[in-house]
Amino acid sequence: MLPRPTSHSKALGPGVAGPELAVATSAVLDRPPQPGAHLPLSGAAPCAVDPSSLNDPRQHTKYPYVTGTSVLAVKYKDGVLLGCDTLGAYGSTKRYKSTQRLYRVNDKCVVAAGGEISDFQHISNLLDELTTDDYRIDDGIQLTPQQVYSYLCRVMYNRRNKMDPLWNSLVVGGVQPDGSQFLGMVGMIGTHYTDSHVTTGFANQLARPLFRERQRDDMSEEEALNLLYDAMRVCYYRDKVSINKFQVAKVTTAGGVSISEPFALDMRWDYKMFSNPTKWAVGAW
Amino acid sequence: MSGIGTGYDLSSTTYSPDGKIFQTEYAQKAVDNSSTVVGLRCKDGVVLACEKLVLSKLLVEGSNRRIHNIDRHVGVAVAGLAPDGRMVANRAWDEAASYKRVYGEPIPGHVLCERVGSYVHMFNLYWSLRPYGAALLLAAYDKNGPALYAVDPSGTSLRYFGTAVGKARQAAKNEIEKLKLNELSAREAVIEAVKILYKVRDEDGKKFELDVSWVCDESGKVHQRVPDELLAEAERQAKAALEDSDMDD
Repeated sequence: MLPRPTSHSKALGPGVAGPELAVATSAVLDRPPQPGAHLPLSGAAPCAVDPSSLNDPRQHTKYPYVTGTSVLAVKYKDGVLLGCDTLGAYGSTKRYKSTQRLYRVNDKCVVAAGGEISDFQHISNLLDELTTDDYRIDDGIQLTPQQVYSYLCRVMYNRRNKMDPLWNSLVVGGVQPDGSQFLGMVGMIGTHYTDSHVTTGFANQLARPLFRERQRDDMSEEEALNLLYDAMRVCYYRDKVSINKFQVAKVTTAGGVSISEPFALDMRWDYKMFSNPTKWAVGAW
Repeated sequence: MSGIGTGYDLSSTTYSPDGKIFQTEYAQKAVDNSSTVVGLRCKDGVVLACEKLVLSKLLVEGSNRRIHNIDRHVGVAVAGLAPDGRMVANRAWDEAASYKRVYGEPIPGHVLCERVGSYVHMFNLYWSLRPYGAALLLAAYDKNGPALYAVDPSGTSLRYFGTAVGKARQAAKNEIEKLKLNELSAREAVIEAVKILYKVRDEDGKKFELDVSWVCDESGKVHQRVPDELLAEAERQAKAALEDSDMDD
């Protein structure tokens, strides 16, 4: 008898292979379907996880298809900077090289995403509806970054509870009405936190250490940009699914939001170890 | 007017012998008694201008808005009963939002105008509902260019180069006919609209405010209130023009 996968094992996180590697299952039921199989034996009310989804042949989001990789963001003296590359990858294929993964919500807030691009487009539509509501009411009040962050938290967590997540890691960055900078991350299962520097995906491993060393809340813009460039360089060197084409969004109290045109960074590939990596390896000649 | 429609004016589902629906006509009267709203479609945009009588010194400046944003590229100015106008404007917002959700693009002006017209018309069909006592001037700037529409309480929606509703509409329309709208830029049209409002209003000394908005190339095709400096300039020119014509008299 093969173990049936429980509904909790299906979502493993962005970039991680799906359930077929987690648990071996059979497509054929090992006993005839029981009429009350979806109801608890105790006679209690059905549980919060929709029990019909356990036997439902229709399936919810299991894997992302077209994905974006890391997002990097830092606070600095005048506001926040968010940076990411412009790649929409189809598995390992570098398929869409001009996707913009930064979305301007209003002139105080930017949202960037890694993960499934179509889900990010859906999130952008939701935020656009919210901003247009603000515009429609026309009372001088705009959504603050903190409000956008809370809203996205709820959206992601509620989708996760329906076992149908929006497969994104989101970064929300901006300036609050009192002038202070805001930077937060929301994950696909609703995990969220705010910090002075925030990253998603590979940049968590590659860029965060650089940020911990060099980021300060009162950095100048030039220092912050150089830090971001260095971190993006490292991500490009080490992340297989990335390209040398980046965009940076800057949000400041004075200047609002500006999203740069895509640019490339200087990369060095002439390191001796790269050109002949196995020269000093054991067993090499 | 009372006595003329006796017997045939109690319900919007009753025709009069000469083919009128008096309830709709009475709703139109509510619009005709409100303060003037002027709409001008010029070369590169649409301008809406409302005269707002300040009902009380206790009112905060700028309150009692008569111009509403519907979507980024559409705005409406309301004449007639203010709450009725708000209801219709809210409906226009719902229509615009649902169109964008379904079709993925901003609602074209003529589609919105037709939907709002159908909605207002519906209230003329049923005994249990009264017609809206409000007329809307809709300013839209979509991919077909700028357009001005007017929806009246009967549900008729028509497209205009320039129009006015409210108390001084006839005088305002006469002034509008003198303008060469196709040659005016939006800036110039704002100044002309304010001049018209100053010229045709009742000189009864009551304090009034202006609500002027535009959607044009200069505003980035977004419907918004005109910049304060432009409004100030327009009022200055309007007052100067009034003084000139007073001196001529």
